Amino acid sequence: MATYEWTPRKRDYLLEARKENLPLEEATSHPLKTISVVEVKSTEKRGTPMKGAGASKAVKTELLDPLSSALEGSDPLSMFAAEVQTQTASKTRSSSLKQTKTGNPSDDLDETFEPWNAKKASILTKYSTSEKLSITTSFLSASDKERVVIKAVTATTVTDKVRNRLEQLDDFEEGSVQEMLNLSQQDYVNRIDELNQALVSAWDNDQRVKALKIAIQCSKLLADTSVIQFYPSKFVLITDILDTFGRLVYDRLKEKAMYYPPGSGVPVKLPDNFTPDQVPESAKETCRNWFYKIASIRELIPRFYVETAILKCYSYLNQGEYTDALKRLMAMIKGIGDPLVAIYARCYLSRVGMLIAPTISDHLMPCFDDFLVSYAQIQGDYVQNVLAMQKLEMPKYLTLFSPALDWLLQCIANRSSEQTLMDVLQKFKKHCKSALLLNSIISAFKPEYIAVRAVEFTEMIRESEDTGFPKHLLHRTLGLCLVMTSPPEEQKLTVLNEVWKAVMKLKNPADYIGSAEIWIEYVVINFKKREVNTILADIIKHMTPDRAFEDYYPQLQSVVAKVVTHIQDFSELFALTKFLPFIDMFQKEAVKVDICKTIMEAFAKHQSEPTNDPVIINALTFICKTMHDSVNALTLADEKKMVSHLISNFVLKISFGKDFEQQLSFYVEARSAFTNLDLVLIQLVQNVNNLAIETRRVVNGNHSRKTGNFVRACAAYCFITIPSLQSNMAQLHLYLLSGQVALLNQCYSQADSCLKAAISLIPDVPKNLYLDGKTRSSEPFLVEFIYNFLSTLLAVPDNPDSGVLYLLRGLLNILQNYTWEQSTDTKVQIYTRVLALLSATSQEVYLYHVDKVDANDAMYGSDPKFLSEVNAICSTLLEEILNHLKTLATPETFKRQSFLALELFNTLICHGDMSQQQSFTLATNLWNLAQKHGQNDTKQMVRCYDLVKRKAEATADKALGDLVKRLPLDSRA
Amino acid sequence: MALDLRLKKINKVYKEGDLVSGVVVVESKGDLQHQGIVLTMEGAVTLQLSAKSVGLFEAFYNSLKPIQLVNYTLEIAKPGRLPSGKTEIPFEIPLKPKGNKTLYETYHGVFVNIQYTLKVDMKRSLLNKDLQKQCEFIVEYKNQEDKPKLKPVNFTITPETLTNVKEKQNVPKFRVRGKLETSTLCITTPLKGELMVDSCESQIKSIEIQLVRVETCGCAEGYAKDATEIQNIQIADGDVCRGIAIPIHMVFPRLFTCPTLSTNNFKVEFEINIVMVFHDDHLVTENFPIKLTRF
Repeated sequence: MATYEWTPRKRDYLLEARKENLPLEEATSHPLKTISVVEVKSTEKRGTPMKGAGASKAVKTELLDPLSSALEGSDPLSMFAAEVQTQTASKTRSSSLKQTKTGNPSDDLDETFEPWNAKKASILTKYSTSEKLSITTSFLSASDKERVVIKAVTATTVTDKVRNRLEQLDDFEEGSVQEMLNLSQQDYVNRIDELNQALVSAWDNDQRVKALKIAIQCSKLLADTSVIQFYPSKFVLITDILDTFGRLVYDRLKEKAMYYPPGSGVPVKLPDNFTPDQVPESAKETCRNWFYKIASIRELIPRFYVETAILKCYSYLNQGEYTDALKRLMAMIKGIGDPLVAIYARCYLSRVGMLIAPTISDHLMPCFDDFLVSYAQIQGDYVQNVLAMQKLEMPKYLTLFSPALDWLLQCIANRSSEQTLMDVLQKFKKHCKSALLLNSIISAFKPEYIAVRAVEFTEMIRESEDTGFPKHLLHRTLGLCLVMTSPPEEQKLTVLNEVWKAVMKLKNPADYIGSAEIWIEYVVINFKKREVNTILADIIKHMTPDRAFEDYYPQLQSVVAKVVTHIQDFSELFALTKFLPFIDMFQKEAVKVDICKTIMEAFAKHQSEPTNDPVIINALTFICKTMHDSVNALTLADEKKMVSHLISNFVLKISFGKDFEQQLSFYVEARSAFTNLDLVLIQLVQNVNNLAIETRRVVNGNHSRKTGNFVRACAAYCFITIPSLQSNMAQLHLYLLSGQVALLNQCYSQADSCLKAAISLIPDVPKNLYLDGKTRSSEPFLVEFIYNFLSTLLAVPDNPDSGVLYLLRGLLNILQNYTWEQSTDTKVQIYTRVLALLSATSQEVYLYHVDKVDANDAMYGSDPKFLSEVNAICSTLLEEILNHLKTLATPETFKRQSFLALELFNTLICHGDMSQQQSFTLATNLWNLAQKHGQNDTKQMVRCYDLVKRKAEATADKALGDLVKRLPLDSRA
Repeated sequence: MALDLRLKKINKVYKEGDLVSGVVVVESKGDLQHQGIVLTMEGAVTLQLSAKSVGLFEAFYNSLKPIQLVNYTLEIAKPGRLPSGKTEIPFEIPLKPKGNKTLYETYHGVFVNIQYTLKVDMKRSLLNKDLQKQCEFIVEYKNQEDKPKLKPVNFTITPETLTNVKEKQNVPKFRVRGKLETSTLCITTPLKGELMVDSCESQIKSIEIQLVRVETCGCAEGYAKDATEIQNIQIADGDVCRGIAIPIHMVFPRLFTCPTLSTNNFKVEFEINIVMVFHDDHLVTENFPIKLTRF
């Protein structure tokens, strides 16, 4: 191939633009507006009422949202979830009773009603022991076998052997009761779990009597209070087993109770809400047998628990049986002597009652009354002996009551009126003024009810007997209530004074902070900053001695979190003189950073208006600085990102309005404070650029001396800041952006330096970028950047001190030497774009200009010397490209060759002058090359061909017309 | 090859005059040759003398003759062959006493047993074993003249009321009040009442309600009367709260109780014991005779 010249076509952009304008058309509806169904009324089409109706129907269905109509009913995800839930429920038969019956009973519960399952976990963790436990049972296989083996070895005489065998037979049949001693808590839990499994497997093997025996033995364990501090946990574990048992019996009966609906011979399963007369006699008989069997259990506690466990089965016998049964069982508990065992029995009864018949509550109040009556027993000899024996203190013992009592009162409070609370309080005042009880009352009833009587409650707290239940817990509980619902206005201060007087006196920092942590929220919600400040000061005073704060960081953190969530005005927050000293208490680095984050998150959330309050700026700069300084080489990427975002947010929210200089000086300070975080620096550069543009807008582009200096200062800021960034790509983009901004502000030398810096940075761009957790080649990003850069270059005037198009030349030099990735044609693709740029450069009037900046068209005025320089570059590039095309003449690279040839062809058609013979020949050659090896995309070729044809027709360009005739199209033959 | 007897009524409870109906089910893998299938209904009172009251020797040899109440035999299949597979032979027998006897209610006791059975026998040739299947059914009174009357029993137990204690100073001071709703009651309703510990010097371990049967058998030498425990229900566990009414509630077990029965030859009566066990395992008991009726 000979060398070709590149002759740019002369173009009149205005004319072209006018030609490409589409005729305007008025739009009657917004294309993105939501579709609304317009029903066509059939009355309008009187002639064909039938058809009209049909049409309107059709319209309706047609306009349904296709996405929602495809999914009928609930969406598939929730359907899956529901399915999984039922599956797991059926699989894990030993799991709790509640899973199987989701739904209806909850309708009768308050939304605040805390289900038992939620309580279970907390009870298990709270009530633990390191004492040794014992278990009495006959169903734990492992040790049984061991014993047998040992005996078999020692058995020597014949009689021994016989006796052994008989005993083993006994073991097999009856299961001999034995006691396991010295179990640790974990062992104990495991054993109970084993029992649970034994129960299920016995049931599955049709050994119902054995299952019943296991249930009875389990409930017997509940009569044992030998390790009393573990009792609540034991209760949780064992009642789980009983629940399982109850469910097994119920399900089994239901299975048996297939019934024949009237007029059909096919048995049907009972519906969920069956009535007793639907239940066949055989199932009823089996059910009665269960109750008879249980009624003959000798001991009181197992009889109570097992009957309660299968209480639900009464629904097979009689409609109204629940009420009677619950009442009877309630009365039965009176016979339980140990007050702790009794209250837990009540708890279980109310729990089962809540589950099977939430509407029945007749038995609950008597339960409570019984408890009140029996409360006196706690002072009795029996309990005192037990406590003395187990070396347990009274306060500790009383806390054992709270889960059960809480639950009982919660059941009473459920769906109750204020009158119920009054009744309960009446009883409380009359019978026992126990702090324990008061605590449960406060936590059980609706906060609204409590809040109305806040003062009354504080008095009751003061007067309640201090039988060991710590009062600070009471204050805490009351605080939790009042935080949810504020007391009436006139009571607010009285309550606070009353409570805080007591809280202040607490000596133990743990007790103190426990209450203060709750009450601070009350103060923040209901009072002004003076009170908040006082409380904060008080907390500081209490926590400082002996560096007590070191042990209570979580509580102190929660204090700060509560303050910042409720005081949303940050100027008010920092006006609290004790807030920053409070923050100073966080001396552990990690905690401190956490606190800073909490504050900044609140700031990001609540501060919607920009601010210029110096107090806020100072305080937050300090806080951000703390966060910033915590970032080091070991910090995780996510953490870093989060801190950066919070700081950026702070930077964005600070605005001095028209005082641009102060704004800039703030940015200068911010830069010096947050040097390590790329994202923050990027934000700062963006902000400063924004500031420059803002300035320009104010002066309407006509800079005065002062504003000119200011925008130059901005440009300088950017130019200085950018190199300290770690990411090269970010640097490139910011250089380009800053260059553009500088140019817009007529700061030529600054713009030049920025662009130059960008060019000289290109070689340093790493080959791979780490993005979103994946390593990716940087090339696509770089190419994108260069295209952007090239189009900027058109508007940049040459520096008179340097040569013609020195920036472009610089760029080309860098590109020439840049090591591109193997087997890509990036360089050539860029060259093709450069050719397009150069064609644009040689026009008389450029396509676009920067406002108030003369580009090269005005500077050179299409000087032939300039044009020839441009042409020279063009020729060099063209040669480079063609040489590259030649190197691609191997079978593996035909596809690339064809692609590049077509690319160049397009550029040529667009920007080249076809009337030149050389260009014409080049075009035809390229076309042929593109389809020479049949590797081309035929469709694209056709489109390309049509384009040329249309262009020829539109412009009536003879050269193009000729060209069309000379372009053979393979596939069209 | 299996022989089974199935009653139509699931709870197997029949009254005098009822038709006891059901099926005899024969299952076999091949043809079954037999010498006749016979169904027998039997009902009898068996009495036994307790070793305690009359001596071991007499108890063993002097056992009383059972009193037959019902005895029917009917052949439901003549000798022949049964086809392979499942054959069901339905039957119906009216429940009527033998002669001028009365049908007592079913009762399983220690010395007195009243039991009704249906028995099916399949006789077979010499080489094969005869097959037999037995099945108990339960008889209840149709009606009874004695209706329960509400007879509340109030009681107070203190050391002074105890009769069989020799050293009263050993007994801790206590006072227990209570009442039984009635002493004549229907067997299907539970025993109800309440009990209140007014005061007690010593710690209480347990309070229990004991149901006792008193069986009397007449014989040549006079009669033997024995009281044995049927069941024991704990109503209070541990040192209960003073002054709180603890409910007494006991369901009468089926089969092991029947309406109080008194005949020429034997008697079945019931009593309630309230047992208080103190912490040192000493116990005091108070006895209440009760009368049970069917209706």
